Amino acid sequence: MKIGVLGLQGDVAEHVAALETAGATPVVVRRVDELGSVDGLVIPGGESTTIGKLLARFGLLEPLRRRVQSGMPVLGTCAGLILMASDVIGAEDAPHRLGVLDVSVRRNAYGRQVDSFEAAIDVAGIDRPVQVAFIRAPAIERIGDGVEVLAEWEDRPVLVRQKHMLASSFHPEITGETAIHRAFVAVATQNRET
Amino acid sequence: MADSLKDTGGLRVKRGLADMLKGGVIMDVTTVDQAKIAEDAGAVAVMALERVPADIRAEGGVARMADPERMVGIMEAVSIPVMAKCRIGHFVEAQVLQSLGVDYIDESEVLTPADEAHHVDKWDFTVPFVCGATNLGEALRRIGEGATMVRSKGEAGTGNVVEAVRHMRSISSSIRRLRSARPEELMAEAKELGAPYELVREVAQAGSLPVVLFTAGGVATPADAALMMQLGADGVFVGSGIYKSGDPALRARAIVEATTYFTDPDIIAKVSRGLGEPMVGISMGQIPEVDRLAQRGW
Repeated sequence: MKIGVLGLQGDVAEHVAALETAGATPVVVRRVDELGSVDGLVIPGGESTTIGKLLARFGLLEPLRRRVQSGMPVLGTCAGLILMASDVIGAEDAPHRLGVLDVSVRRNAYGRQVDSFEAAIDVAGIDRPVQVAFIRAPAIERIGDGVEVLAEWEDRPVLVRQKHMLASSFHPEITGETAIHRAFVAVATQNRET
Repeated sequence: MADSLKDTGGLRVKRGLADMLKGGVIMDVTTVDQAKIAEDAGAVAVMALERVPADIRAEGGVARMADPERMVGIMEAVSIPVMAKCRIGHFVEAQVLQSLGVDYIDESEVLTPADEAHHVDKWDFTVPFVCGATNLGEALRRIGEGATMVRSKGEAGTGNVVEAVRHMRSISSSIRRLRSARPEELMAEAKELGAPYELVREVAQAGSLPVVLFTAGGVATPADAALMMQLGADGVFVGSGIYKSGDPALRARAIVEATTYFTDPDIIAKVSRGLGEPMVGISMGQIPEVDRLAQRGW
């Protein structure tokens, strides 16, 4: 299972390591031609404004959107969630986005860096708490009809799924966890078989 | 879910924010307008300060933490993380910056040191710290004090990348040396480096620093940024190199693009075209020993 990690900016290496542990073959994707060969894609943590601008400037935004819309599995964490969201609420917009996931998010809603935290959260389908990190995290404030909530923290959704797309407010990739990556690899495997 | 399971300001979230900045460019800014130019160019964070290093170098005097009013204005104007500098050893400036809610503190040799023997005890803070280093020993001493991000110092405000190259090569070659050392040699290496033994052992085993390593000091062109990335930097700090050039917005954007595609000469060539005048720059021979900022830090 060849899973790409969007490598324009952010914690690419951490996702590559987590995917390897989860049994996938990760490849870093920076160019359109590299996008064609992957069975799924992780959009990592980083700065959503920076990654969005680079996607637009280097002609990746449209090809990536088309592949996701035609069924390529995607996992977006933190900045990745923002880039996938159909709607960003408030002044802190991220103008260059895929807009493929039917949710409204608010950037930096959990506060500035001094408010960043780790927590053990319950995730649907995983039989033990999963240790994750919220770093200047975005909040999911609205979900569409086709969106399933897989985890909540303080009464807000923090991990959601819409068909072949998974997205989280938090980082599952910097705490040594691989449970979320295993779940994503399972989605990609199922997707390829059907 | 009980709130007691929530852990704020731990080592992993401090190191974690630095992880999120990797592959990106952090730009010095002194005004709200410059901060917006940096954000539009694609900066991953801005460094709010009173004067860019080239002006500190030219004007002299004591360089201190910027006016809180200025920092708050910048924090309100951009959505990306805002960093700010405190003087080496000036833990009260650091307390003020934490109180303002800045996202990262740079305990920086670019400002005039407040203590000639000690750095800030960075374990005492919720906000994370980045510190400069010229070699591996200095990097590990700062990590030992609680820094969760390191930048090679270079020589700020010169537009001359030679010192950044020297410092990055020095750190990398010392790491390679530790990797090939036998276990019983590591205590002697720690003594030689002036660094904590536990950290020396960690670096020897991992083959890398336990924190993100950026580069700073003298980057003036897209090719400079890509050079530092190819030499092993995780990302780039730029200041004077942008604002002392002919077209700061265009150059800032080109440096961001070259940092992302640092292994791709075709893209670096493309983004480097028609940028206008670069910063003039100073050769190291023109800077007397006492005026070199990189030697500040202990």
